[in-house]
Amino acid sequence: MNYFPDEVLEHIFDFVGSHKDRNSVSQVCKLWYRIESYSRQKVFVGNCYAIGPERVAERFSGLKSITLKGKPHFADFNLVPPDWGGFVYPWIEAFARSRVGLEELRLKRMVVSDESLELLSRSFPNFKSLVLVSCEGFTTDGLAAVAAYCRQLKELDLQENDVEDHRGHWLSCFPESSTSLVSLNFACLKGDINLPALERLVARSPNLKSLRLSRAVPLDVLQRILIRAPQLLDLGVGSYLHDPDSENYNKLVTAIQKCKSVRSLSGFLDVAPHCLSAFHIICPNLTSLNLSYAPGIYDNELIKLLRHCHKLQRLWILDCIGDKGLEVVASTCKDLEELRVFPSDPYVGQAAVTEEGLVAISRGCQKLNSILYFCQQMTNAALITVAKNCPNFVRFRLCILDPTKPDAVTQQPLDEGFGAIVQACKDLKRLSLSGLLTDQVFLYIGMYAEQLEMLSIAFAGDSDKGMQYVLKGCKKLRKLEIRDSPFGNAALLMDVAKYETMRSLWMSSCEVTLGGCKALAKRMPGLNVEIINENDQMEFVGGCDDDRQKVEKMYLYRTLAGQRRDAPEFVWTL
Amino acid sequence: MEGGVAYEQGLNLKATELTLGLPGTGETEGQGGVRNNNKRPMPTSETNEEESQALKAADRGSTAPAAKLCRAQIVGWPPIRSYRKNSLQEKKDSEGEASGMYVKVSMDGAPYLRKIDLKVYRGYPELLKALEAMFKFAAGVYSEREGYKGSEYVPTYEDKDGDWMLVGDVPWDMFMSSCKRLRIMKGSEARGLGCGV
Repeated sequence: MNYFPDEVLEHIFDFVGSHKDRNSVSQVCKLWYRIESYSRQKVFVGNCYAIGPERVAERFSGLKSITLKGKPHFADFNLVPPDWGGFVYPWIEAFARSRVGLEELRLKRMVVSDESLELLSRSFPNFKSLVLVSCEGFTTDGLAAVAAYCRQLKELDLQENDVEDHRGHWLSCFPESSTSLVSLNFACLKGDINLPALERLVARSPNLKSLRLSRAVPLDVLQRILIRAPQLLDLGVGSYLHDPDSENYNKLVTAIQKCKSVRSLSGFLDVAPHCLSAFHIICPNLTSLNLSYAPGIYDNELIKLLRHCHKLQRLWILDCIGDKGLEVVASTCKDLEELRVFPSDPYVGQAAVTEEGLVAISRGCQKLNSILYFCQQMTNAALITVAKNCPNFVRFRLCILDPTKPDAVTQQPLDEGFGAIVQACKDLKRLSLSGLLTDQVFLYIGMYAEQLEMLSIAFAGDSDKGMQYVLKGCKKLRKLEIRDSPFGNAALLMDVAKYETMRSLWMSSCEVTLGGCKALAKRMPGLNVEIINENDQMEFVGGCDDDRQKVEKMYLYRTLAGQRRDAPEFVWTL
Repeated sequence: MEGGVAYEQGLNLKATELTLGLPGTGETEGQGGVRNNNKRPMPTSETNEEESQALKAADRGSTAPAAKLCRAQIVGWPPIRSYRKNSLQEKKDSEGEASGMYVKVSMDGAPYLRKIDLKVYRGYPELLKALEAMFKFAAGVYSEREGYKGSEYVPTYEDKDGDWMLVGDVPWDMFMSSCKRLRIMKGSEARGLGCGV
């Protein structure tokens, strides 16, 4: 291999796409490491505190695209206090200084300030793509900077971010010369939008393939936009309230008929459901449908819509679809691969789907490989049936609204059901458990879930053994997050070296003590062991008292960057 | 699947496990049916929300009853993104305020008004029945052409544009989203609105 010129190796490495594979390639020998490093254009950093930006820029001199993830996953559910961290600014600043030719930035669960967006937009002349998922800290002023100064912007994709809205002028900041937009998603913005500016922008963007509108965009504007952009592949409808007899509605029907390329439909944030029939004509082409933000669509109108969706591969829906509605999906959507059923009334704690809906889906949709299912109840029998019908699950996430509910029929724990899932689904990479569960389910997971990479546990298990089974058995485990389960120091300290093979471990409301965490930190200097000490609940005392202090929230992760310097007061790094 | 075999086949580790509970508690009622006493207390499906939250607060062995807690929720449960939770909540709030789920109902000649929740009714027949019961009148039979035939009183509503409309003309959910208040008009005034008296 040594007598291949570098360019040949580089060319070969071009075909190696996934970052996992590229990581493997770089470990073969020093030559391969060097070539792979300067030729890698897309870098993935699963934990922004695992490594420093300078080091990334130095190693990957050809870096064009970076994906960064910040806060731990449970931050999505308010378990992590604000100001915990995950700031993108240092990354942008370091990359600007190192003159990285950044073209794409993809962030998840990070704090993005307007300053960082401004710095971003001014520092990278070739910048093309900004994707922010579940981020916070910025306002529409930051978006205005991106619109104004990123001359080559192709993609601005805002998914489920918490954005402070300073009115809609940011859209007018796209210069008249900007014609490069391919993807624009501002569905999560809550404020008013400059509608004429939006229409003009769409009119001068012939490459626009994906457009997701916010609630502020009414029917008549939608209709005009669709006329301008019949080439759209992905459409997110904002507001869909109107009178079915109006002229506007008829114009809309005509416009929709021209959109023969739409494969993905979402939105309907405000909706008059009886007018959905206008969309029936494009339903047979859809491969992806997201109605999970449309509680106004249910019962007959929803069923009517779904009956047209024969080619659906991905469906995100609210539980008001009901078990009966899921039966319709099962008989209509034979190509379904991913299903997510969200609770429409999370505060009340009642879900409108049960194990029956899940079983129906498993019978009808043989290609199903990914599910997120919020339901009222579950049974072992149902899970065993599902496992038999769908052995191809890669992601299986079940959430029973009452987190410790047993089998609804037998009142037994759901150990056997989940056990069947992990035994049948040999490719299972991600699993979330709920319901009444004992250590037994973890025994099964440790035994059978050989490919498991991420496991989420809540209110489960009886003793340290549960967690130990998992740590011992799941060789490919990367992320483990546990809340409200009786796992303590014995489990935590059983195999400390394992944590260096993982990205992170989260434990909250468990039985681990300050003493245990300190012991772990001492033995593993390559880990950051962080304690989140809200409300000054704990004292950093030392001595035997440490073992009496239970740690409310612990987050540990492997890192090359040492202790982070931006931790707030309530975060202790041990 | 082995079921409970791991427990029963001689390696009954649970029986020899040291616990703080009384001997015999926590295992014989079938697998894990009853939880061990020294474990972190968890909400069960039987306890109501408040009690479960009180249990949660009374952890670490302390048995002091927690202070009365309002609208108890387990923090971070169900695990959905706050963005999604907030947007559903906002939708419910806005539905409650602006589009008139609780609407005032006046009747000509009645000394005071009433208020009803439109969400409670699934359609016009139910609504009319409720109004008739509330105000002790008969609305008559609705037809698109002639309105409410054979009645002294006519149900009308004020829509978002401020116009007075006859109840029953538009589809129910459009009515729900546009109705701001109801008025049961006396027949003599209702001429022109299609009252067939």
